[in-house]
Amino acid sequence: MPDSRALSHKVAIVGAAETEGLGKLPDTSMLELHAESALRAVADAGLQMSDIDGFATAGASPAQLTEYLGIAPRWVDGTSLGGGSFLAHVGHAVAAITAGYADTVLITHGESGRSRVGVGGGGGGSATPGGQFEGPFGLFGPPSTFSIPVARHMKDFGTTEEQIAAVSVATRQWAEKNPRAMMRDPITVQDVLDSRMVCWPFHLLNCCLVTDGGGALVLVSEERADDFPKKPIWVLGRGEATQHTNVSMMRDFAFWDHGALSGREAFHMADVDHSAIDHAMFYDAFSHTPMYALEALGFVEKGESGPFFAEMRTAPGGDFPMNTNGGGLSYTHTGMYGMFAIQESVAQLRGESGDRQVDGVETGIVHAPGGMFSLAATLILGNQ
Amino acid sequence: MADYNKPLPMPTPETQEFWDGLKREELRIQQCQDCNQHYFYPRSFCPHCHSTNVEWTTVSGKGTVETFVINHRAMGGWAEEVPYVVAVVSLEEGPRMLTNIINIEPDPEHVQVDMPVEIVYDAVTDEITLAKFQPVTG
Repeated sequence: MPDSRALSHKVAIVGAAETEGLGKLPDTSMLELHAESALRAVADAGLQMSDIDGFATAGASPAQLTEYLGIAPRWVDGTSLGGGSFLAHVGHAVAAITAGYADTVLITHGESGRSRVGVGGGGGGSATPGGQFEGPFGLFGPPSTFSIPVARHMKDFGTTEEQIAAVSVATRQWAEKNPRAMMRDPITVQDVLDSRMVCWPFHLLNCCLVTDGGGALVLVSEERADDFPKKPIWVLGRGEATQHTNVSMMRDFAFWDHGALSGREAFHMADVDHSAIDHAMFYDAFSHTPMYALEALGFVEKGESGPFFAEMRTAPGGDFPMNTNGGGLSYTHTGMYGMFAIQESVAQLRGESGDRQVDGVETGIVHAPGGMFSLAATLILGNQ
Repeated sequence: MADYNKPLPMPTPETQEFWDGLKREELRIQQCQDCNQHYFYPRSFCPHCHSTNVEWTTVSGKGTVETFVINHRAMGGWAEEVPYVVAVVSLEEGPRMLTNIINIEPDPEHVQVDMPVEIVYDAVTDEITLAKFQPVTG
């Protein structure tokens, strides 16, 4: 069984710095305090910011800080244990570095505890970058925010509203086979286009459900994995990435590049190629998110996801079974749906998916955006 | 203007010059003196090369629509505005800003990705002027 002693003396702190000023800093926002600390610690180590490929913080979110710092880590940790967070981050970084999840980890703290600059104020975050540079322009949650990139995809690649609607239609066909799914009535592309406009180009049936529910997972080491009633489902690969938090700062609206980074990490760790994947769960907050996932993960070339979905290849009977529980669009969507995507991948790998079971599933992929495309995470799971 | 009922920004020390500039009807953006790239939103260092050798510059206020949505569902002060266009505009100098495209029919037949736009200074309160954009005139 793995023993934490194996990680002793394996990882060292090579840069450390505080902000130049301390005490009362009314001219410096919370994010600037993080940033100054980061730049000074990286300089102390004789490194460049571009060397950082792992990032942890608390107080602010890792996504907020990676945007502010202009970095693109492939391992992130936002564990929040109050004042003890950064001790925990060091411990997590030891595991991450020894596992190969990151080579160079930066951990930052910054807090305008006295002057309260840039920590939100009375307006619920109106002093943050999002509060200053996005909030005033009428964004209202996921439907208007998650959808910002898609017009660029439509322009660059000729992607049509009909192709995007096909994602909803194929996913509904799976939900028809799932008695636990909330929405099970068949729909057509025209039904999607005729449903109420929420935020162009998205109609109601392009948008995920809003539900209540939950899920959980238990993981153990290889040595104990055969001591349980169900056959073990192995974590073959994992990836994660974040580059921005405000949607306007997404680096490429037509291609989810940190989704690609997360996917590359997972495929590298699993040491499998795309042909090994039998089953996919691509988080469908809206019907374009699986399209961006398909391209980011490299299952198709950039711009090819529209025709791919229009051919109904992800529907029952297709050659790329995806979102076989009915997805966030038709099964359930509590808000942080990723847990349900993992649950369906496990169920398919266990052979427990009933009428919707895909034959011969040995290797599955789960891929999710978080926070309006600001984050990405990938798992590759297997039953062999 | 006292009855403005939509979210307002709260400037921080690092962003104050941007907001002060808009109030004067100038678009003020920082430019890195080492890698020469402009960047947005304001901060004390260049997010491209991480140099702290940065300066404020006044830029043209011209750009193109990078991407957009037309929102049909809103609350508060925005409810009476629907449908309205939320867009990301790419400035001539490079940086992108989230904004509204105004003085245009909120319809995908009229709003187009890559269409040229120019800044409109919208003084929504005595303190805050927002940078909005409209189709290039003339």
